[in-house]
Amino acid sequence: MSASYDYDDADGHRQMQLSQQDIAYDPNFVPEYVKSFVVHLYRHIREKNVYEIHQMYETSFHALSDRSFKDTPWPSVDAVAHYVDNDHVFCLLYRELWFRHLFARLSPTLKQRIDSWDNYCSLFDVLLHGVVNMQLPNQWLWDMVDEFVYQFQSFCQYRAKMKNKTEQEIVLLRQYDQAWNVYGVLNYLQAFVEKSAIIQILDREKEGLEQFTANDGYDYDGGSNVLKVLGYFSMVGLLRVHCLLGDYQTGLKCLQPIDISQKGVYLIVIGSHIATIYHYGFACLMLRRYVDAIHEFNKILLYIYMTKQFHQKSSQYEQILKKNEQMYALLAICISLCPQANLLDETVNSQLREKYGEKMVRMQKFEEEAFSIYDELFSYACPKFITPSAPRFEEPLVNYNQDAYRLQLKLFLYEVKQQQLLSGIRTFLKVYSSISLAKLANYMDVDEPTLRTILLTYKHKTHSIDSDGKIISNADVDFYIEDDMIRVVESKPVKHYGDYFLRQIVKLEDVMNSMDRIKLE
Amino acid sequence: MGRELQQPQKEEASYTVEQLVALNPYNPDILPDLENYVNEQVSSQIYSLDANLCLLRHYQFEPDRMSIQIVSHILIKALMAMPAPDFSLCLFLIPERVQTEEPFKTLIVLSHYLETGRFRQFWDEAAKSRRLLEAVPGFEQAIQAYGVHVLSLTYQKVPRAVLAEVINIEGPSLDKFIEHHVAKSGWALDKGQLIVISKNEFNHPELKKSGGDIIPMENITRIFPILG
Repeated sequence: MSASYDYDDADGHRQMQLSQQDIAYDPNFVPEYVKSFVVHLYRHIREKNVYEIHQMYETSFHALSDRSFKDTPWPSVDAVAHYVDNDHVFCLLYRELWFRHLFARLSPTLKQRIDSWDNYCSLFDVLLHGVVNMQLPNQWLWDMVDEFVYQFQSFCQYRAKMKNKTEQEIVLLRQYDQAWNVYGVLNYLQAFVEKSAIIQILDREKEGLEQFTANDGYDYDGGSNVLKVLGYFSMVGLLRVHCLLGDYQTGLKCLQPIDISQKGVYLIVIGSHIATIYHYGFACLMLRRYVDAIHEFNKILLYIYMTKQFHQKSSQYEQILKKNEQMYALLAICISLCPQANLLDETVNSQLREKYGEKMVRMQKFEEEAFSIYDELFSYACPKFITPSAPRFEEPLVNYNQDAYRLQLKLFLYEVKQQQLLSGIRTFLKVYSSISLAKLANYMDVDEPTLRTILLTYKHKTHSIDSDGKIISNADVDFYIEDDMIRVVESKPVKHYGDYFLRQIVKLEDVMNSMDRIKLE
Repeated sequence: MGRELQQPQKEEASYTVEQLVALNPYNPDILPDLENYVNEQVSSQIYSLDANLCLLRHYQFEPDRMSIQIVSHILIKALMAMPAPDFSLCLFLIPERVQTEEPFKTLIVLSHYLETGRFRQFWDEAAKSRRLLEAVPGFEQAIQAYGVHVLSLTYQKVPRAVLAEVINIEGPSLDKFIEHHVAKSGWALDKGQLIVISKNEFNHPELKKSGGDIIPMENITRIFPILG
C-alpha cells in the first residue's frame, strides 16, 4: 500500500533513545540556570506578568533545552520544588513541560507515558475544580491541549503495536488500563468546554455582552483566563480527536461554536490556527464538502505564504512547513475531485500547480496511475488515525496500528472510484452546448441506459445538501435533460465587483487619513 | 480516570436521548439508551444521525458490546437518508473486518448502486434481501423519494419507463404515483409517456438566482462614516 504513510510515534519530532548507561543523567542535579529559570517563572506567574511569562516560556525554555538538554530530560520536579515553595500548581505545570520536552526530544518509555497521563489528570483536575488565579499566555494554553491530544494519539499507536512488547510492558499495560483511556481523554476536553461555559460566552459575545475575543481571551477584571481559554482550545482538541477516530461529522459539530469566517482567538496562536483549519478542511473533504474545504485551505495557505517569514526563528517553524505541504496535498485532491480552480487565490494556485500540477492532471483525467496518486497524497496528508479500544492480549500478538488508517484510505478511494465516471462527462460537457443522449452514449462507448445512470451519478455527486436542507451545487459545468437532449449550462464565474469597491473605498479613506496626519514643515 | 458526571436520579425526569448525546456523549453507561433509541427510530420512523454516530463511536471504544443487528439498522436508516452522505459517515466508524461480513457486505453494495444511479440493479439486489430491509418500515418510500430527488435535478421531462425503473413501480400503481405528484408536487403529463418534473433551478437554469453581487447590509454600513 502506501510507502509514504509516515507512522513514526512522534510526528516531525526528532527521535533519540535515552540510554541510561551512555548519558550521565542525574535527575536531582539542578544547574544554576535551571534554578534561575524556575524561580523567575514562578515569580512572574504569581505576579500575573503575562508578557514575561510568555518570553520565558516561548524563548528561554527552548533556548535552554537546545543548549543544555538536547538529549537528556530537564531536572526532575522533585529537585526544583523547594525553589518554588513546593507550589502544587507550579509543580504540575513544570512537570507538564518536563514530559513535553521528553516526548519531543527522546523516546518515552511506557512508564513515562503512564506518568504523563497521571500528571495531566492531576493538572486538569486542579484547573477544572480548584480555584486558579493565574493568567497564562495563550501559546502555553494551546500547547497544553495540543500536547494532550498528541500524547493520546501517540499512546494509541504505541499500544497497537503488540507484536514486540516485552513481558514487563504487557504487565504494565494490563495494570494501568485506564491510562490514556479514550473516554477519559474525551471527557476532560468536554469538561473544559462545559466548565468554562465558553459556548455561552461566545454566544453572548455576538450580542456585544462579552469581550472575550476583543481581549484575546485575557481577563482584565482581575480574574483568570486559564479555564476560559482551555475551554476554547478544547473545542479544537475535540475536533482533532474525532478526526482521529473517523467521526468527521461530530468533529465539525464540536467546532461549530467557533465561527471560522470571523476573527477569533484560534487565530492568535499559529499552531491553533493551522490545527483548526487543517482538521476542518480534512473533515469537509471526507464529508464531500469540497467547496468548503477548498475555500478554507485557500485562505490559510495564502496566510502562511505571507507570514511564514515571521516564524522562521520559532520552535514550531518545521511543523508549520510540514502542515503547509500537507494542506497543499489535500487541496490538490479537492481540486481534482471538484475542479473549481477559480476559487483559488493566484498565489496559491501557482504554488499548487508547481507542486502538484502534473499529478492533478492525471488524477482529474483518471489516467493510469490516478488511483495510486490519490492514495499517495491521502496517505501523506491524512491525520494519524487511531484504534481507540483496549489492546487484545491473546496470542498471537499482532500489530494493528495501521488498521484505522487502512479503513479510512479504503473508504476514501472507494468514493474516488465512484466519481471516476464523472471525469468523462465533464470533458464532453465542456465541448458541447447540447448533445443528444444517443450521440453521447456512442462517444462514451456505453449504451443509453448506462449513460442515464452516469448522468444521474454526476448530478448526485455534484449536488450536496447543507445543514439547512438546501441543495448546493459544486458543479463547474452543469446540464439538464430535455426530451432526448442534454443541454449544457454554462456557469459564468461570479465577479464580486461590490466587494472590490467596498474594499477600495475603505483603503482610500485610510490613505487620505494618513496623509492628513502628516505635518508639512 | 476521567471525570465523573453526576448521573440524574432515576426518580427525576429522565433525560431524552438527544439531551444525553448533546450533554454527556462520552459516558459508556448511555450505550443501552442509544441502542433503544435505534429501535425507536426504526419503529416510529424517526431518525437521528448524531445519536447513531454516538453509538457507533461507543462500539468502536468497546468492540465486544457491538450488536450486529443494531448496526445494520443504523446503516439501513442511513441509506434512507440519501442523498445525505450518512451511510459513508457510519462506515468510517465500523471496523473493516466487520464490513466484510453480512449483512454489511450487501448493504454496502446497495449503497454503491444508489450512489451511482443504478436503480434497476439496486431494486434487484434489494429484492434478494427483503427480510433484512422490511424490518425497517418506510425503507421503500425513502429510496423512492431519493430517486425522485435525483430525477428532478436532472430531467425537465423524464420518460415513463425511466421513472418506473428508478422508483420500482409499474402499471396502475405507477399511474397512482404520478397522479399524486401531479396533485402535490407540480408535475404534469406530456404526451402520455413523458412526465414533466416540477421546475427548479437545477433542471431550469434560468430560474437560478444570480448569486453574483449580493452585498450584505453590514458591509455597506461599514462605509457610512466615510460617505457621511
